Amino acid sequence: MIELANISKTFKVAKRTGGFGEAVKSLFRREVTYVHALDGVSFTVGDGEMVGYIGPNGAGKSSTVKVMSGILTPDSGECVIDGLCPWKDRKAHVKNIGVVFGQRSQLWWDVPVIDSFELIRDIYAVPEAVYLRNRNRLAEMLDLGELLKTPARQLSLGQRMRCEIAASLLHDPKILFLDEPTIGLDAVSKIAVRDFIRELNRDRKTTVILTTHDMQDIEALAERILLIGKGRILLDGTLEQLKHRNTGEKKLTVEYTGGTLPTMDGLTLLHRQSGRAELSVDPGILSVSDAIAALSGQVEITDLSVQGMDTEELVVSLYREFRI
Amino acid sequence: MTARGRLAGSLLPAKKYLALFRVRFQNEMQYRVAALAGVCTQFVWGFMEILLFRAFYQVGGEMPMTFSQLVTYEWLQQAFLALFMLWFWDKDIIEAITGGNIAYELARPMDLYNMWFTRVAAQRIARALLRCLPILLVAFLLPEPYRMSLPVSFGAFLLFVVSTALGLCVVAALTMLVYALTFFTMSASGVRIFAASIAELLSGAVVPLPFFPEKWRLLAELSPFAAVQNLPLRLYSGNLAGDEALFYLGMQVFWLVALVLLGRILLRLMRRRLVVQGG
Repeated sequence: MIELANISKTFKVAKRTGGFGEAVKSLFRREVTYVHALDGVSFTVGDGEMVGYIGPNGAGKSSTVKVMSGILTPDSGECVIDGLCPWKDRKAHVKNIGVVFGQRSQLWWDVPVIDSFELIRDIYAVPEAVYLRNRNRLAEMLDLGELLKTPARQLSLGQRMRCEIAASLLHDPKILFLDEPTIGLDAVSKIAVRDFIRELNRDRKTTVILTTHDMQDIEALAERILLIGKGRILLDGTLEQLKHRNTGEKKLTVEYTGGTLPTMDGLTLLHRQSGRAELSVDPGILSVSDAIAALSGQVEITDLSVQGMDTEELVVSLYREFRI
Repeated sequence: MTARGRLAGSLLPAKKYLALFRVRFQNEMQYRVAALAGVCTQFVWGFMEILLFRAFYQVGGEMPMTFSQLVTYEWLQQAFLALFMLWFWDKDIIEAITGGNIAYELARPMDLYNMWFTRVAAQRIARALLRCLPILLVAFLLPEPYRMSLPVSFGAFLLFVVSTALGLCVVAALTMLVYALTFFTMSASGVRIFAASIAELLSGAVVPLPFFPEKWRLLAELSPFAAVQNLPLRLYSGNLAGDEALFYLGMQVFWLVALVLLGRILLRLMRRRLVVQGG
């Protein structure tokens, strides 16, 4: 059980514009601005939930994860995770969690991955039998095999990331924080990682909180979505609920020859390129069939498809709606 | 709980640190060519210093160390350079602070100070082990008067071992202070260069402390830097012995405790205002 109440964190940032003159000036007087990375964040996540945490760059996603994993001490607010306060009871708390920071590495650079794994086994005091079982299972599911004997510096980003995820799970954590876990992965690795996380959540009831910019991650994994912007939680709901919020704008993709596209209320041209156009239809103003009728009256249609908004566009429209 | 269970329980934390020590050690052992280059440099450097001092000794006058003591001091210094020098750093720790990998360090169920202290000590011991044997071997085979001597007595050797261990801990605690200060300044090089140049002089790395003018010698000997290499190297050759030796061993313990406390306080302050660089 994860409970956050009114968590705020402010960072002091030295500001100056570019240029040599400004650099000299800053030697004597530094202009400091305060960035409210987190501004009263509250939410509750139950055991075994899988939550996608989204928001634009700099919204406060990573800061929240770092507060929950005991790394950052917030300026104010309460956080209780399984009865412990992450930053006050850091050592006891981090035994129960696993963390993956997609942009960083926890593996020792110059030694084979397996040596890093054994260090982690000893740090978390994982019994040998449990360690071997977990390691073999992870190696099989994430297809690590020979990678374990390779020094981390010789791994590609995708290979390393699979090892990083395995490293964070050797001690059977009850909660897993994933901060952009699929960054830089190829399609095969991405799917492997997603399947793996889903199984982990289903079979072991591991609570998963994941931040990502990859909307396919969200679609594949998140039952529940938290949207954060400018340090505040803006939305909390399922992906379906979010999709319904948007009045169901449809996207028309037409391939056509000859003629010019009609312009009318409720029909907006998104994109056009040599005989292919994408238009959005607002069903509040214009029905889809009227739009198609108008189109076929003006141009020779060779192909046509109608889609709802996909997740990527949904998020863009959410960001726009909340001006973040 | 049974006695055995209690023992196992109390040993568990030690196992963590031992494992950390081992992996740092393995990491360091990857750099064997660097070690070979280091051995050559240190050997040449030691020889140059000894020749320089030889010139002074030949002019005559009263010297605070016998030439044989000096030669032994220099060879030991070069052989155990990696144990005692304040100018080398764990680049992973500096990277963790300035690049943000500290996030992973704090996600471990370990005390940050102990964790880094262990790594610093492990790195220094690994480097010293790789480098000391060839230098010592050659130094023992050189013709007189450049030959390194055996310890003056078994007692002196024991004191040397104890004080080497303490000296290593003091240097690790000093390094930890520099790392803690890096959190506040972010540019590690300023603090590091400052620390290194002062420490070099006051620790007796450039010129052994007995050669200092009286007042400066006293000042230096009371500083924490004298608790690093000055003591073990002089104990070995018998330049320091008896009550004086015990007094300075006491100083080593005092500085170790004081520096560890200060380092822990600084790290605790840092935790409250930590900013993880790079998001």
